[in-house]
Amino acid sequence: MTAVEVNHLHKSYADVTAVHDLTFSVEPGEILGLIGPNGAGKSSTIKIILDFMKPDSGDVKIFGKQMDEAFKNQIGYMPEERGLYKRLTAIDLILYLASLKGMDRAGAEKRANVLLEQTGMLENIKKKNKEMSKGMGQLIQFIITVIHDPDLIIMDEPFSGLDPVRTETIQSIIGDLRDDGKAIILSTHQMTKVEELCDRVLMINKGRTVLYGDIMESREKFRRNSVLVSVDGDLGDLPGVIEIKPGKDSVELVLAADTTPQIILDRLRERGITINQFEVKTPSLNEIFLNLMGADHA
Amino acid sequence: MHKTYLIFKHEFGQAIKRVGFIVMTLIVPVLALLAIGAYELVTTLTEPSVKDVMVIGYVDEVGIFSDHTDQGLIKLIPYPSREDATQALVQWDISEYIVIPSDYTSSGTIHRYTLAKELSTPAMIPYFIDSFLAWNLLKDEVPPEIITSIVSPLNLVVTRLDGNGEIAQEQGNIGNIIIPFIFSLLLSMAFMFGANSLISGLGEEKESRLIEVLFSSVSVRQLLIAKVLALGTAGLLQVLIWLLSAPLLLNLASASFGGFLSDIQLPANFLLLGVVYFILGYLLFAVFSVGVGGISSSATEGHTISMFYILMGFIPLWFFGALINFPDSPIWVVLSIFPITAPIQMMLRLGVSDIPSWQIVTSVGVLCLSIIAGLYISIKIFRAFMLMYGKRPGLAEIIQGLKTA
Repeated sequence: MTAVEVNHLHKSYADVTAVHDLTFSVEPGEILGLIGPNGAGKSSTIKIILDFMKPDSGDVKIFGKQMDEAFKNQIGYMPEERGLYKRLTAIDLILYLASLKGMDRAGAEKRANVLLEQTGMLENIKKKNKEMSKGMGQLIQFIITVIHDPDLIIMDEPFSGLDPVRTETIQSIIGDLRDDGKAIILSTHQMTKVEELCDRVLMINKGRTVLYGDIMESREKFRRNSVLVSVDGDLGDLPGVIEIKPGKDSVELVLAADTTPQIILDRLRERGITINQFEVKTPSLNEIFLNLMGADHA
Repeated sequence: MHKTYLIFKHEFGQAIKRVGFIVMTLIVPVLALLAIGAYELVTTLTEPSVKDVMVIGYVDEVGIFSDHTDQGLIKLIPYPSREDATQALVQWDISEYIVIPSDYTSSGTIHRYTLAKELSTPAMIPYFIDSFLAWNLLKDEVPPEIITSIVSPLNLVVTRLDGNGEIAQEQGNIGNIIIPFIFSLLLSMAFMFGANSLISGLGEEKESRLIEVLFSSVSVRQLLIAKVLALGTAGLLQVLIWLLSAPLLLNLASASFGGFLSDIQLPANFLLLGVVYFILGYLLFAVFSVGVGGISSSATEGHTISMFYILMGFIPLWFFGALINFPDSPIWVVLSIFPITAPIQMMLRLGVSDIPSWQIVTSVGVLCLSIIAGLYISIKIFRAFMLMYGKRPGLAEIIQGLKTA
């Protein structure tokens, strides 16, 4: 059953349209990357899914039904800006919030220990939250988000402020959760993380969908007819190449419409040029993002 | 319901562990005990002695005031002339002196001379001089017991009767108002601390975005009702500690201080009505604070807004002086029914008036309805503005939010 179905969602604040006719879905065992510039409507979309606020029109279904209190135990949510009760210890906070997700104390303690161990936080469980660094607080928040084994996980910038080691740890756990069949919505500005982790992407701008679909297919869709080449010596004048864009370690050859990468590769070989790198260029998500948002941000 | 209980348990635990709560709860009995102890200490150290008897000089120009110079706490020493008396005064042999001029019997004038800089003559001085003069003037005219009656002609004993002509249970002396007045002060402080505590908690949760994590687990209604009840229960615990310690402290105090403290009586129904008005007042201020917490962008801003209804609740204390003389004036009746002022107003009036039952019933009813309506509106406000950060909505936005939430 589809975990989240969003149909023709619309939300306005005074004269600002935050979400306009947004439609998408998330399946179990899938990570959907929700990306867009600041103010694109990502947070509003998440808050409508979580029933924090009502849409002006459109509807949201969680596991095939309208969102209600009964689903809250199946959802894990990690907001973008995060804080903790300063006076509570990490373990007290985790157990309290786990109890609100319907977990009994023994089960919550057991699961908390596993997650604390996985994240390297076991030795900090008795620390008060005000004594923790921002990164440590982030890990506690992450544990709170997933401790109750939710079927739907919504995370807003889960990697911000984390060092590379902790980022890797969280990334690995998120991957495991997806493999366990959890539906995950990951809102982030880190395009590389979306590429690494997500199965599909929903890119929105000014509340409207600008890109939605499988990441590889999207990159393929935005692929231009060009190759990345690194050779010893001079390339010379290559027929079928309409533009050469120098890069740091390679050059991008933009090909004419009737020229394929194979033709260029054959021509380079015919000239006896030593080829160190030859790669059909597929745009990164970041490039697609910049390309699609460029006009608005110019 | 289960989640409401879990939040209640957590919030109650946090509330009673707060330093402010512990200090506030213990400070009343502790301060009272310290006051009793300090009084005992001071009275032990300053036990009246012979040296404490005041020595006053006098110059009798009439020539008939020679007896009864020992007036208990005041001893009078005759001097032949004003110069001699002045000399004795500046040498600190006496603390002051009086002159009874030769025309005293026709003018009644007595001159008093002192080195002290005082606003008015201490009350005991005229009393003892009166006594001294009366005893000397009448010593050969009437029996001593008549003179005693002339010196202290009135020992007024007042007995209050109830509507049936029986001796009333409450005799309506100053002792009746003391406990309600102190309790009203404590109530107002408890309301203020409770409201501030709730606003601080909500402010912390809003500023840290923990509120979003909580609302991904529980409903707005569950969270807010649990918070209000937890804070109310913590407050009730506090007031019960005060009320239960009151009889013990009263016994200790009356044993130590004596005097009118021995006459202190708790008005009938005081304990019952005290608890009822405490709970209702606490809940009312708490539900207002929930609404304020919803529209405030920070705890500091919330505290500022909350001062509006907190200070309004203190109005009966400001006008206590007027209230005590005319406790059943229409304006006090109105304030007894107006929900924000009712808890403190009723507590104060309990000590000085027989409040008609209809007023109590109306007041409690209005308070209950206000709490229910306040909770409903506050939850709506909170739901509408809980995710608004860094900006306080205007009145028009609040009204719009109430319509749509």
